[in-house]
Amino acid sequence: MARKSSAGKTAAVTIAAWTIGFLIFFPILWIIILSFKTEGDAIKSPLAVLTSGWTLHSYAEVQERSNYALHFWNSVVLSLGSTVLALVIAIPAAWAMAFVPGKRTKDLLMWMLSTKMMPAVGVLVPMYLLFRDLGLLDSRAGLTVVLTLINLPIVVWMLYTYFKEIPGEILEAARMDGANLRSEILYILTPMAVPGIASTLLLNIILAWNEAFWTLQLTTKAAAPLTQFIASYSSPEGLFYAKLSAASTMAIAPILILGWFSQKQLVRGLTFGAVK
Amino acid sequence: MATEHSRTAARLMVSPAVILLFLWMIVPLGMTIYFSFLRYNLLMPGMESWTGLDNYYYFIAQPAFGAALLNTLLLVGGVLLITVIGGIALALLLDQPFKGQGIVRVMVIAPFFVMPTVSALVWKNMFMNPVNGMFAHLAKALGLQPFDFLSQAPLLSIIIIVAWSWLPFATLILLTALQSLDREQMEAAEMDGASWLNRFIYLTVPHLTRSITVVVLIQTIFLLSVFAEILVTTNGGPGTASTNLPYLVYQQSLLNFDVGGGSAGGIIAVILANIVAFFLMRMIGKNLES
Repeated sequence: MARKSSAGKTAAVTIAAWTIGFLIFFPILWIIILSFKTEGDAIKSPLAVLTSGWTLHSYAEVQERSNYALHFWNSVVLSLGSTVLALVIAIPAAWAMAFVPGKRTKDLLMWMLSTKMMPAVGVLVPMYLLFRDLGLLDSRAGLTVVLTLINLPIVVWMLYTYFKEIPGEILEAARMDGANLRSEILYILTPMAVPGIASTLLLNIILAWNEAFWTLQLTTKAAAPLTQFIASYSSPEGLFYAKLSAASTMAIAPILILGWFSQKQLVRGLTFGAVK
Repeated sequence: MATEHSRTAARLMVSPAVILLFLWMIVPLGMTIYFSFLRYNLLMPGMESWTGLDNYYYFIAQPAFGAALLNTLLLVGGVLLITVIGGIALALLLDQPFKGQGIVRVMVIAPFFVMPTVSALVWKNMFMNPVNGMFAHLAKALGLQPFDFLSQAPLLSIIIIVAWSWLPFATLILLTALQSLDREQMEAAEMDGASWLNRFIYLTVPHLTRSITVVVLIQTIFLLSVFAEILVTTNGGPGTASTNLPYLVYQQSLLNFDVGGGSAGGIIAVILANIVAFFLMRMIGKNLES
């Protein structure tokens, strides 16, 4: 903390950090700007884009031409549905492993994690054929199950690391005071577990919303979430910058907002507790 | 405090998750292994026959396999190089006190939340397009010939796109690790006259080693399966210039309907990922004991 250089150093750090931060964020800022332009203006040079007029036209157009609302709704249903389903399965499991650990708890956790290491492409063929034969291709139900299963290991792990932090002494104290199992769970454990469950919920919604392997392979239209819908803009005739920008802005906005709330949990969830 | 009664209850609570994950792992993977030994084409239903290791032989012998394997490794390696070095630099920068830290942090993390199809298409059209893209406009303004990124350097372009998505992840984890560095130790070293470089080499780097390993391993798991970015930008082309292993398997099984060959490729991808997973699991397992 050398005082003489600190003012100059802080100024340099401030400028460097803001410049780099801006450059990294720029592509996102740019699609937001383009989404408020006409198709004609959106392909002009950057300066001409900035000085041209603003319009909400693209947003209306995206909905009119392609039923954007349906795909948005699919994304909501798939990410929320798979997350809730995963939580229902994972909460009891993580709970038991955290509070009643046995000899094999550690092996079990590691094994669960190992299922996450299997590359999706290794089971692409049978999954596709199973879905085809069961009539589940392009159905929300089928995809919800797949998204639940691929994120289940992360959900169990995250919950486990949170539950592990709830001190066992509190339970013993409550038991001494004559609390039965029911009130123990209801009044002591649950309130302490809620923040961890909420964080897990948040992170898993983000992961499910952005999942882009199974959503692309197993849906075409009716059940297509936003990942698949946006992918349809890759065909040459779909090359409309303003509309692509409007569709993209709406697709990423909810997750950007959720993501900003979950920065800390992100590290923990994605490193399986290895970095906190 | 665990009684026999609570043990039974615990087992019941764990079993749904275990059974589901077990089925999810064993059923499709078992089918893939089975298919990989069959001559099985979706265009010729009912003609399935046992072929032993032929599918593996043909999958590996095709010229596209060598290219795909190399591209997979280049993609993983390239993205790791950019994100780890960039991530360390950014984390060190963001760890300094400056005005608006919160806002800059949010801006840096943002790309991680952008879905792969959006980031790939935005880079492809709004930035790398040789006619209307931002880079083309800049090149023209400077009097240069616009560069057609995705046909001249398809793999490098995809590496840039994927690195943009993953740089926030590396930065965030390394920043979290930096913030747990012992400040007093740092200040003591500074007072004893240790230079910035020495403090970096002897204090910061050892402290970050673990987190860097975690970043490398976790990213590798995800980067081995990059798919959407390739599908919406280059379709693996031109030729096989940007085809990676997952894309090759997709092509063979769902575009060419060769279930047997695609399954063999899938098993090869599983083996490759397992080699990485082995090391990752050991790291996480060690952490669980502490």
